[in-house]
Amino acid sequence: MHDPKLLLLDPADNVLVAIQTLEAGDTLTVAGQRVNVPARLTLGHKLAARAIRAGEKILKYRVPIGSATQDIAAGEHVHLHNMKSDYIQTFTLESGQTFSTKHDHH
Amino acid sequence: MIITDQAYLRADGRKGIRNHIVVAYLVECAHHVAREIVYPYRERGVHLIGFGGCYPNDYAARMMRTLCTHPNVGGVILLSLGCESFNRNSLREAIAASGRPVETLVIQQNGGTRKTIEQGRKLMDDMLAKVAQVPRAPLHINEFIVGTVCGGSDATSGITANPGIGRAFDKLVEQKAGCIFEETGELIGCEDIMTARAATPALGGILRDSVTKAAKYYTVLGHGSFAPGNAEGGLTTMEEKSMGAYAKSGASRISGLLKPGDIPPCGGLYLLDVVPDGEVRFGFPNINDNAEIAELIACGSHVILFSTGRGSVVGSAISPVIKVCANPETYRRMSEDMDVDAGKILEGRASLDEVGREILDLSLAVARGEQTKSEELGHQEFVLTYKSFEPIGPSCLPSA
Repeated sequence: MHDPKLLLLDPADNVLVAIQTLEAGDTLTVAGQRVNVPARLTLGHKLAARAIRAGEKILKYRVPIGSATQDIAAGEHVHLHNMKSDYIQTFTLESGQTFSTKHDHH
Repeated sequence: MIITDQAYLRADGRKGIRNHIVVAYLVECAHHVAREIVYPYRERGVHLIGFGGCYPNDYAARMMRTLCTHPNVGGVILLSLGCESFNRNSLREAIAASGRPVETLVIQQNGGTRKTIEQGRKLMDDMLAKVAQVPRAPLHINEFIVGTVCGGSDATSGITANPGIGRAFDKLVEQKAGCIFEETGELIGCEDIMTARAATPALGGILRDSVTKAAKYYTVLGHGSFAPGNAEGGLTTMEEKSMGAYAKSGASRISGLLKPGDIPPCGGLYLLDVVPDGEVRFGFPNINDNAEIAELIACGSHVILFSTGRGSVVGSAISPVIKVCANPETYRRMSEDMDVDAGKILEGRASLDEVGREILDLSLAVARGEQTKSEELGHQEFVLTYKSFEPIGPSCLPSA
């Protein structure tokens, strides 16, 4: 079972959506395990619902929204640092565009 | 169902829910004079639109023609410097042919800035009196057109506001209203599921091609339809943003594909293809949300449903914009700008169906004259840039 602060949009998904802002130091239940929130995450951000292997599709709304670029542990923040688009990749920091998207915590 | 018996009946038979006068500048050089004419009347339903470019462009000419003859527009004053390429005479003729009062002021012939402003305000007093006399008529729901757009999206948009708009769209389509969703560049990744909803296999192929075109276009530009705020708000990839944006379309069958300026021939759900045809020219398809809103309005939208998570404040010239706020934290910070608090779904204060119903009811209330937040705050944004399109083919529209 998952924490009520986290929403599983579809049973097939491997990510959960934070429906409240999570503060650094909060503990959450993900797949029955306790996990710590290392840094503030505003609502809407994704956490791994289970362990995800590098190269695996990230599923949200039962649809692939990209692929994992590294192994991701259950409960870990899933974002630009560990997944990428399978289409247009130009908007990510890694591609050298002028975005500054890493500050999830304002 | 009759939404209101107080719609504004135009001489061309179309029916509006607002009775605006539009002042349209035909090149940036006439912008200041146009704005000065509008200023004292800005709270009396007089709106400013225009095209800044001095080079001719068929798309811009068509946009201006469809906007100046929009059902929410009762009369038009055109502002020309005098030497620009925009064909003011053919625009004037098209407006006159629609039965709307139209005046043209040419600054170079009129003795410059001050004299043209004085002349424009004089014409405005007459035009306000004329437009006030437009007859009223009932507006049936099958004559009502609603467009939807998202702007300042975050990861709540695709969970609350967008599916809420989708539910409202389903109800409107059921009653034969025209519903338009758009931004093919924000449907990248949704081709397969969207194609399956097309009314005909031929249309399915057209919908798929429109997204392929968008993906190519944005790839050449080296930038998806994705802003830094989208990522700060928890969206990671274009296809994730797309899935959220796609939810605005609801679950109805897709009846057709439009390009800017095409009016839906009958009720149903339509995709608006906003990405130019041919080689990549003139830069980004839509430089901001208002460029998309202007295109939805050029397709006849009486009302725009605008979904936002980060918190957009914009409205538009010509048609009212209803802001549906996806994020409950944003709503608490910016409630004066927001018409619907869809984020309450996340806090257990409403269901998706209830929010869908609220959006539908508000759309109908706005059609009956209720002011939206952006209208009350005086938002009348407008932008129009260069583009080029091929006309749509016969398989794009339902054989009504």
